[in-house]
Amino acid sequence: MSAPHSETHVDSVGTYVKVLLALMFCTVLTTWVAYIDLGAFSTVIALSIASVKMLLVAMFFMHVRHSSKLTKLVVVGALMWLGILLVLTMTDFVTRNM
Amino acid sequence: MDTAVAQERENYLNASHGLKSWLLTKDHKRIGLLYLFTITLFFFIGGAFATLIRIELLSPQGNMVSSETYNKLFTMHAVAMIFFFMIPSIPAVLGNFFLPIMIGARDLAFPKLNLLSWYLLVIGGAFSLFAMIAGGVDTGWTFYTPYSTTYSNSWVIATALGIFIAGFSSILTGLNFIVTVHRMRAPGMTWFRMPLFVWANYATSLIQVLGTPVLAVTIVLLFVERVFQLGIFDPARGGDPVLFQHLFWFYSHPAVYIMVLPGMGVISEIISTFSRKTVFGYAFIAFSSVAIAVLGFLVWGHHMFVSGQSLYASMVFSFLSYFVAIPSAIKVFNWTATLYKGSISYQTPMLYAFGFIGLFTIGGLTGLFLAALGMDIHVTDTYFVVAHFHYIMVGGTMMAYLGGMHFWWPKMTGRMYPEGWAKLSSLVIFLGFNLTFFPQFILGYLGMPRRYHLYPAEFQVLNVMSTAGASILAVGYAMPMIYFIWSLKYGKVAPMNPWGATGLEWRTASPPPVHNFEQTPIVTHEAYDYTSVPAEEIEVV
Ligand code: HEM
Ligand SMILES: [Cu+2]
Repeated sequence: MSAPHSETHVDSVGTYVKVLLALMFCTVLTTWVAYIDLGAFSTVIALSIASVKMLLVAMFFMHVRHSSKLTKLVVVGALMWLGILLVLTMTDFVTRNM
Repeated sequence: MDTAVAQERENYLNASHGLKSWLLTKDHKRIGLLYLFTITLFFFIGGAFATLIRIELLSPQGNMVSSETYNKLFTMHAVAMIFFFMIPSIPAVLGNFFLPIMIGARDLAFPKLNLLSWYLLVIGGAFSLFAMIAGGVDTGWTFYTPYSTTYSNSWVIATALGIFIAGFSSILTGLNFIVTVHRMRAPGMTWFRMPLFVWANYATSLIQVLGTPVLAVTIVLLFVERVFQLGIFDPARGGDPVLFQHLFWFYSHPAVYIMVLPGMGVISEIISTFSRKTVFGYAFIAFSSVAIAVLGFLVWGHHMFVSGQSLYASMVFSFLSYFVAIPSAIKVFNWTATLYKGSISYQTPMLYAFGFIGLFTIGGLTGLFLAALGMDIHVTDTYFVVAHFHYIMVGGTMMAYLGGMHFWWPKMTGRMYPEGWAKLSSLVIFLGFNLTFFPQFILGYLGMPRRYHLYPAEFQVLNVMSTAGASILAVGYAMPMIYFIWSLKYGKVAPMNPWGATGLEWRTASPPPVHNFEQTPIVTHEAYDYTSVPAEEIEVV
């Protein structure tokens, strides 16, 4: 068993600031894109930016980048389950009028 | 064993006294008992509603309560029974008490979190109870929109908030069990030496952690639409009512496995102990629990065949539903194979296990009927569905819960229950159960819809049979309540290992000391290795 807090890797303050700036940039980007009419792509782009932000938070602020394999498995598992929810729900919505 | 010595020895019950020592306890065994009291209370509340429902259905005219009241009765029956009795039942009572002991640990990984889980259940229960007393809720336990968000004038928010809070109790228990199994196993307790009860609870915990948050989100969305009139499910405001059903059943189908998997774990322990044989296909049973946990997330659409869900999606969900039957069948066949050439003794826990296997099989097979698209259109929302899930939840899980309670009662309390009365009551329960619910299969097949109190006169005979059965069932449930309490004072003092079982919980005193073991056990055998039990430790009563 490995100790849970073997935090030899702690990111520097500089990294955190960079991540923070990236997050703020993404927020501005989302707001800006919202004013452009891209049809169905508006949602796709907004969700993509949101996913990037989510990944940044999980990887850096939540330390997943330096965590054990088991923690990573938990994160991937949770995302997979979200995927199940979305994909199987969409089998209904996408094929409603077929 | 010498009675006087057994009673002087310090154990988790007599180590400290007073209400505070219970309400602030971090001992998983005491917390298990706190859960026992709480869920028993909710079992009575749910039972009271069931009694009223069955009395109302004695006559076809629906002349005891109004239709509105009837809607509230079946809703509150299900809310109390599902969220506050059945979901916590086996994991939070028996799992809490025995999971750590069975893997040789001193407690769960997070004892304070465990206590918090109990408080959350109590607080959630208080909200839902308040809603019941204040006027009740009438949406059905499924809270379908748009009725629940737009039209119902009952206490939807208070009830849903109670369920929301209780959900976190369930999530935290699951989390606690997962971490405990990963990190707290005694030396030598490898994954494949763990008792199957532990495997079953581990798989259940995965479902609790992965599924329950979605229920919480769904309740928040319901809240937001009902209170702030945001358009999420209401088509008039750009929402989709079927989306609610997707979100709800994404949790609630897996939740039926939260209810039944721990019961399957109990049955594995009992079958092995009372046939004195290693469980046949140990690894298959262990993995089938995990398989059920995963596959259970892929089939929720079988509750939505008539909801307006696309036909294509219905076909996919119908097809996938058949796969869940495979791991369930694996278990049933392996239990049966375990019995083969075993040296079987017919003590009370074993009688409950037999009841479970038969009734669960009927419930599971009728589930396959319902999963077949064409068949389901005919019987959906009829009493056939009601019979199906009661065969699984009451015929299955409830039998396993009672079987487990009898099996482990000597360990929990240090006293034996009266075997004769216990056998009698298990028989009464079995008969009462079947008389209550078998007629409902026929009623449903003939077309009696669920959730109405008016029905055509030709259905009366079967309904009267069902109500008669329910009365017998009530007597059957009352008996253990009485003799369990009686046994605390008058029961024979229980030895360490009354059944000659193999688990670590039988290698420590009855009742166990505060830290479960005098010294940390070292495990050198597979689970269910009967040659490993020293003969002098077995005092079969
Ligand atoms: C072999 C696996 C199972 C299959 C294929 C199955 C299938 C189904 C189907 C298709 C329905 C919907 C019927 C309808 O509304 O028309 C249903 C309802 C239900 N089943 Fe099962 N089932 C299975 C196991 C279970 C288990 C293990 C439980 C509980 C522990 C359970 C509890 C329920 C409940 C509560 C409902 C009714 C929900 C409601 O509408 O209020 N089922 N089942
Ligand atoms: Cu289901």
